[in-house]
Formats: sequence, C-alpha cells, structure tokens
Amino acid sequence: MNVIEVEHVSKTYSDGGETTTVALRDVSFNVREGEFLAIMGPSGSGKSTLLHLLGLLDISTAGQYRFDGKNVEMYSRDEQAYIRNAKMGFVFQAFNLLPRTTVLENVKLPLAYSQVPEAKWNTMARQAVEAVGLGHREQHQTSELSGGERQRVAIARALVNNPQVIFADEPTGNLDSKSGKQVMSIIQKLNEEQGRTIVLITHETATAEHAERVIRLKDGVIERDEKVLHRLRPDDEYVK
Amino acid sequence: MNFRNSLNTALRALTVNRSRSVLTILGIVIGITAIILVLSIGQGAQGLIMQEIQGVGPRNISIVPGRNVNSPSAIAASFLTNSLTINDLKALQQKINVPTLSAISPVETTIFPVSAGSQTYQATIDGVAPSMQQIINISLTQGYFFTNSDVTDASHVAVIGHKVETNLFGNQSALGKRIMFDNQTFVVVGVVGANGSSVFTNPDQTVFIPWSTMQNYILGIKYFHRIIAEADSVQNINRTVNDITLTLRSDHNITDPTKDDFTIQTQVNLANTVSIITTALTLLLTGVTGISLIVGGVGIMNIMLVSVTERTREIGLRKALGATDRAILMQFLLEAVLLTGIGGIIGIALGTFFSAIIAIAIVHFSGLNWQFSFPYMGAVIGIVVSAVIGLVFGIYPARQAARKSPMEALRYE
Repeated sequence: MNVIEVEHVSKTYSDGGETTTVALRDVSFNVREGEFLAIMGPSGSGKSTLLHLLGLLDISTAGQYRFDGKNVEMYSRDEQAYIRNAKMGFVFQAFNLLPRTTVLENVKLPLAYSQVPEAKWNTMARQAVEAVGLGHREQHQTSELSGGERQRVAIARALVNNPQVIFADEPTGNLDSKSGKQVMSIIQKLNEEQGRTIVLITHETATAEHAERVIRLKDGVIERDEKVLHRLRPDDEYVK
Repeated sequence: MNFRNSLNTALRALTVNRSRSVLTILGIVIGITAIILVLSIGQGAQGLIMQEIQGVGPRNISIVPGRNVNSPSAIAASFLTNSLTINDLKALQQKINVPTLSAISPVETTIFPVSAGSQTYQATIDGVAPSMQQIINISLTQGYFFTNSDVTDASHVAVIGHKVETNLFGNQSALGKRIMFDNQTFVVVGVVGANGSSVFTNPDQTVFIPWSTMQNYILGIKYFHRIIAEADSVQNINRTVNDITLTLRSDHNITDPTKDDFTIQTQVNLANTVSIITTALTLLLTGVTGISLIVGGVGIMNIMLVSVTERTREIGLRKALGATDRAILMQFLLEAVLLTGIGGIIGIALGTFFSAIIAIAIVHFSGLNWQFSFPYMGAVIGIVVSAVIGLVFGIYPARQAARKSPMEALRYE
C-alpha cells in the first residue's frame, strides 16, 4: 500500500513580478508503506521543495498529492497541522531544537500539540530518547550535547508520536562523518526494525546508499528512480 | 496544547530574555504604580477631609449667604454675600419658627496680631454669640464666656484660648488683663482650656469676642458671613434644616426655591460635596496616568514584533511539529498578557509601597491624621487593565506569528 502518491506535481515560485521560478516540474512517484526512499540531487534541484510539499509545509501549484490515500488539498490548515503532528515526523539539517531546554522537554514538544493525554508524555518521550541511545542524557540541556547527539534528539522528537512517515532533510549535513554514520544507522534501524517509512533528502551518495531506493532530481525533474543495489548496512558500533 | 503547558512555554520564553522582559514591562509598571499612588492618596485625602467634616458635629448646621453653585448662572449668585442679617438671626431664634433649634451663633472670623505688653501673638479673632460655647463644646478654665448683654452692648470683652494666654502672659493668669488688636483694647473675661481643633475654629489659638463688636468696630459690616445653628438632636436635623429654610425664605420674600440667596450645609451634604470633588479629581488624575499605560502597551507591541521576527524559525518548527495557527496565536498572546500582568502586579506592589511611605511621611511631618488605605478597586482595575493592554497590543504580533507559513518560517535565516 502506498502512503505517498505524487502525480504530476509542479511548484512554481513567483516573486510577485514577472519572474517565476520553476522548482518542480511534473513530478510523479509513489512511496510504499515501510519503504526507505532517498531523494538526491544537487542544490537547486528542487529536493527541498519536494520535501516541503510532502511534509505539508507548503502547497503545490499543480498536480495531485495523496497522503495516506487522501488528497491533501481536502485538508484545512488545522487538519494539515494535525497530520503533521500525528502522522509525520521531521528531522532537519539544522536540528532545530529549542534552546535552553532539556532533551526530554524537546522530545515532548510534538506531544504538547497532540491529543495524547499528558500522563503518557514522559513515558513516550523516554522511549523515544532510549531508541536513539540518549537515555543517559535526557535531563541535559541540548546546548551541552554534540552535533550528532543533537540530531539524535531531533530523531527522537520525530519518533515520539509514532508517525507513519519520517521526513529527514539533510540530517547529516551539519555533522562530521562519524556522527553522520551514526545518525544514518539509527534512521536505517528505525526503518528495518520498526518498519517506519522514511523519506530522506541528501546530496551525498554515501548517505543515500542507506536507502532501498533513490530518486535523483535535476532542475525540478526526476532524472532517475531506481533501487539501491549495494545498500550500506547500519553500523552496529553505534546502535544498541 | 493545554493551558498549563502554554503557560510554561510562555514563562520560559520570558525568562530566556529576562532583561528584555523587564525593560518591556517598565512602561506598564510605571503606569500601574502611578494609578495606585493616585487612588491611594485620593482615598487618604478624602478620608482626612471626611474626618474633619465628622468633627463639625452631626447636629450642626451651617448657614452661609449666597446660592449653592449648581449651574453656571448661579455663580454670580454665589457672591451675594450680604444676604444674612441680624433680622434673620432674630427670626431663627424664635422658637415658633424653628422649634428644634437648640443654639445659634453667627461666626465672623478674621486674623490679627494680638498684643499684651511687649508680647504679640498671631491669633484668629472670632466674633460669636455666647451660645457658641455650647455649639463647639468648649469649657473654660477661668472666668466666664461673655453674655448676651455684652453682645447687645457690643462690649470690648474677650475669651481667649489657652495658647493665646501662654504666649501673651506666660505662666500668669490672663483673667482681667487687657489685650490689644486693631488698635482696640479688650478685657479678658474668660480663658478656654486645652481643646482639639474643629473645622470652624481652633479654640486654643482663638480670641472670641461678641459678634456685634466684631461687626461694628472691626469689620464695619451689617451682615453675617456664617451662622452656625445646632439642632436639638440628630434625628431632627432634616426638620431643623427645613424650618430654617422656610424661615429665611419668608424673611427674604423668596417664593421660588431656586432663587434662594443662602445655602445650608450639614455634615451629610458637606460630605457628599467633598466626596464628589475628590472622586472627580481622582478620576481625572487616573485618566492622565492611564496615558502612560497606552505608551507602555505600544512598547510591548514593539518588543513582541521583534520577538516574533527573531523566533521565526521556532514558529516554523512548532508548526512543522503540529502546532495550529491558533496554538501559535495563543502562545504569543499569552506571553504578552503574562508580561503586562506581571508588570501590573509589580506596579501594584510598588504603588502600595510608595503610597504607604507617603502616608507615613505625611503623618510624621504634618501631624495630620492621614490614614494609608490600600485601593482594592484600584488593584483589581490595575490587573484587569494591564491584562487587557497585553491582549490589545499583543494580538497584532501574535497574529503575525500565527500567519507565518511553516516552510518560509523554517527557511528564515
């Protein structure tokens, strides 16, 4: 079953004047439930725009996008917020953690906007923190953590609501290669062991090779859509 | 997001930028402090004046010439100062006219340096009738209060307060001695013991002489500036006022009550008048200080707008994680209301502190019986007003925040 169905989607930006920029042109693809998809492309290829559309952070100018079987244009702003909260998880390149806040509080943030009763928040947040191997750090301020640890907090935050799909936008972009491997190992394990659908955006081939399938974008058009032949394995050194 | 969580979020945001938060609410703090000060001092002043009015004595009725100023055209009438005469006094003294009257006396007041030998003392000179002793309830330590025949004869006799005595004669008795003022010599026939002051006069510092002597030899007038009457009981006060009014109207041939050329004051209507005046003044001053609250509110709006811009990425993140527009709106609105609410509470505390200090200073330096009072209504109004200012001036920045597109907010550098 497809959790994401994209048909002939285009996105054009207009600066209000006569110049318009085409970010995506007639893009179509599906993502199966439980699939690990990487979207690759150089900067300016439209991959971030695509992720924003998939994550309901932006709307397309043409075409149709069905998430979980329903056309997203049918949703109101509040319903979109609900879907982002309950069915999607986000990991950003710049971590985007709240400053001067503990790991646990950061991970709880999506729960605060959810229907989940407050009594369950601590348990759920702890589980998510354990899943990324940061149980011993849960009371630390995020400013005390290394880059890799911060990104793992962000992954825990994306996990905490049990989302159907996790969107990761260049999750290793701000990390050294060792931390990057570790983060990718965690993401891959989430896919393989918990069956979570992952949509990963990256411009690094090595990062993309953790996925089952890679879509290559160039100038807003899908250039190639193919299976990864020699997948990288999760590095067990970093994952409990 | 439930309320407690929103509150925690807002509180955290405010403590992260503590010094900015403090500067932001300064305007509100000053505004609310000023309002509490004005209200508290207003209440204190009103209380003080009310005490004085209570000191008039609930049975006393004051009759003054001129019309009560109740319309612009009546202002001229308020200067009709010669309408009360000896005939009025005689008419009022008739039992048949005002049966519930127990005492009546004119009061003509002036100030002179009084001398005896080489000593001089600045005293209040009151021209009164003997019944004044009963009306203001004073007792003599020596001699007697001059009599009605002294009034009839316009004698040069005087009853002096004990402060006048000590200042002019030291430890010696003043009885039978001569004192001089306005180039006239008076014989001291009585000395008043130590008394507290009343609204009309401070007997300790006063020289009482017959009102006729005052009119004929000092002021050179044939009318009264004030007549004090006393009802025989508090219950009869309205009846007495009514009888006095009717007597004076028939005396002055007045048929239209709006054309009265005299005004009757009792403790009750004096209290009402004072209360109206002090309330009006307090409201005026409160309005003026209220302007500072608006200035403070604009300051809050400015800082909130800066804060919204600064935290664009945070807003984007929260939206990506599922915050609705409403949740973002509430978050920033709550921050604004919390800021102004805290400002209001600090303002109430500071205002109370300063007005208590002022009250202590007034008591200490002026000896007035000034009572500090906490303006409960002012405190409630202060908190409500500051919260409303937070709402009004916070709504615009909060809406700016809520409207941001999550994607653009996330990409904001």
